[in-house]
Amino acid sequence: MKIFCTLLRRELAAFFCSLTGYIIIAAVTLLSSYGFVVLLTSLGTSPFTATVTEMFYSTFFFWLILLLATPVITMRLFALEKASGTFETLMTTPVGDLQVVAAKFSAAIIFYVVTWLPMLACLFIVRHFTNQSGALDAGTVGGMYLGIFLTGGLFLSLGCFASAISPSQMVAAMVSFVLGVSLFSLGYLAKSIPVTAQWQTQVLSCFSLFDQMNDFARGVVDTRTVVFYVSATFFFLFLTLRVVESRRWK
Amino acid sequence: MGGLKFLFAVAGFFRLDWRQIFLRVRDAMIEVSNLTKRYAGCTAVDGISFTVARGEIVGLLGPNGAGKSTTMRILSTFMPASSGTVRVAGFDVFHESVEVRRRIGFMPENNPLYPEMRVREYLKFRARLKGLGWRRSRERVDTVMEQCGLTDVQRRIIGQLSKGYKQRVGLADALVHEPDLIILDEPTIGLDPNQIRSVRQLIKSLAGKHTVLISTHILPEAEMMCNRMLIMYDGKVLAADTPDNLQRLMAGSSHIVVEIAADANELREVWAQLPGVEQFDVSAADGEFQRCVLTPHDGYDLRPMIFLLAREHGWILRELTRSRHSLEDIYVQVTKPNEEEGE
Repeated sequence: MKIFCTLLRRELAAFFCSLTGYIIIAAVTLLSSYGFVVLLTSLGTSPFTATVTEMFYSTFFFWLILLLATPVITMRLFALEKASGTFETLMTTPVGDLQVVAAKFSAAIIFYVVTWLPMLACLFIVRHFTNQSGALDAGTVGGMYLGIFLTGGLFLSLGCFASAISPSQMVAAMVSFVLGVSLFSLGYLAKSIPVTAQWQTQVLSCFSLFDQMNDFARGVVDTRTVVFYVSATFFFLFLTLRVVESRRWK
Repeated sequence: MGGLKFLFAVAGFFRLDWRQIFLRVRDAMIEVSNLTKRYAGCTAVDGISFTVARGEIVGLLGPNGAGKSTTMRILSTFMPASSGTVRVAGFDVFHESVEVRRRIGFMPENNPLYPEMRVREYLKFRARLKGLGWRRSRERVDTVMEQCGLTDVQRRIIGQLSKGYKQRVGLADALVHEPDLIILDEPTIGLDPNQIRSVRQLIKSLAGKHTVLISTHILPEAEMMCNRMLIMYDGKVLAADTPDNLQRLMAGSSHIVVEIAADANELREVWAQLPGVEQFDVSAADGEFQRCVLTPHDGYDLRPMIFLLAREHGWILRELTRSRHSLEDIYVQVTKPNEEEGE
């Protein structure tokens, strides 16, 4: 645990004491705020029934951020250490492979959640100007952040895995971007195959991240979805762990 | 018999480590036997065996690609061996890797560091990773910074330090948890002569307290720092002895260089008659001088005789030197036959 905390602190410092970290935060804030502005202008012209958070997810900005920011956050984790050789110094200290993977993933997800915090300001602006408490209640905002956390976790663990198998940062970013986009597109496959294919539709609809995120944004927390995200995250973290261990396979 | 059984039972109960007790007696820090490492398509290390005793400073010498770094990586548990066993302080590097890692300080080739961290912060981080407590790590970091001359730059960012300082940071990191065994892969590469000297002094000062394994391809360096040298070539250990013994081994074939102003044929005649000369070679130097290279029998000193001869014949003697075989020659000799075989 002591070693985990030491590693976590270093990883967080690497995010927050570097320019890249702040560039990511700025870019995410810019995209999310721009999405918000677009949303508000469209709201100003026509009446709407859905909640503000739900409207936000129906724009492509959220997915753009998710698909672009997570590879950039995770690309550094393993690939940079391997490229610069510090992986060797790290792994020859008495640290466990699990501790390393867990610390790196935790740092990434903490950083990821921090990048989303500025968006809260947008929501407060809405609340201030609508005078309607129903427009934005704690439940929907909580659900939305839970959704952000879970989808982020899945994409970050995907990124960790990509970073662990790649020799350089750029390759890691590309691999995790491709993996992320494929995962995202799986949900759309369900809509394009004929309805007669019963179980295929069912399987593929598990991967329809878009619909699931809409639920979260409405404040609906479906246990099936939560279980899906958590187990997929752990699956990719397990793969990452195996990749890290693989250097010691004979 | 019953007594012995009882003793084992007691030892088992208290989880006494017999290997550790046994090793205290044998005092071997590193035991490598039949170590082989194969990469896809090539064998980097080919069935080498050696032992290193506690407190020794051992140099691992060899040209690039001889398998030094691979051996060190296996010793430091970073990669597994293809076959053979390696024990550090009595623990197997593959099966008890955490125990081994607690006891070693490893500085890999090119000395990788985190460039964005500050010196003190980095050493503190490394000390904590190696399991030192909060207070203990602070003490140790102060000690090693003083030992390695880093106290002045402790607040500087590592990425902005000069190469010499970076190297010292790497060394300080290897020392910070007072490991039994320190493994340094080319610790003086890319340093200027003054920095090399200070690094060497630092390594020499570690003798006795720590066991040190250094790899290098610079011979004088190994000659100065090490108690014992292992010469590696093409994945094999070709020679293993103290620098002095290695030199003595080669002393028989040392030679004497003479430059004399005389007729070449006359000189050849004289050398052929001189007792104790095994082989000679006369070639023209500048002007009227002839350059003669004489190989004496068994390290026999020909120099007084040559001086007398020169005086007798009234020759002008410009140079008279005995070239002691440096380790460089030994190195070339040891590694050369294999090179020819390879071709």
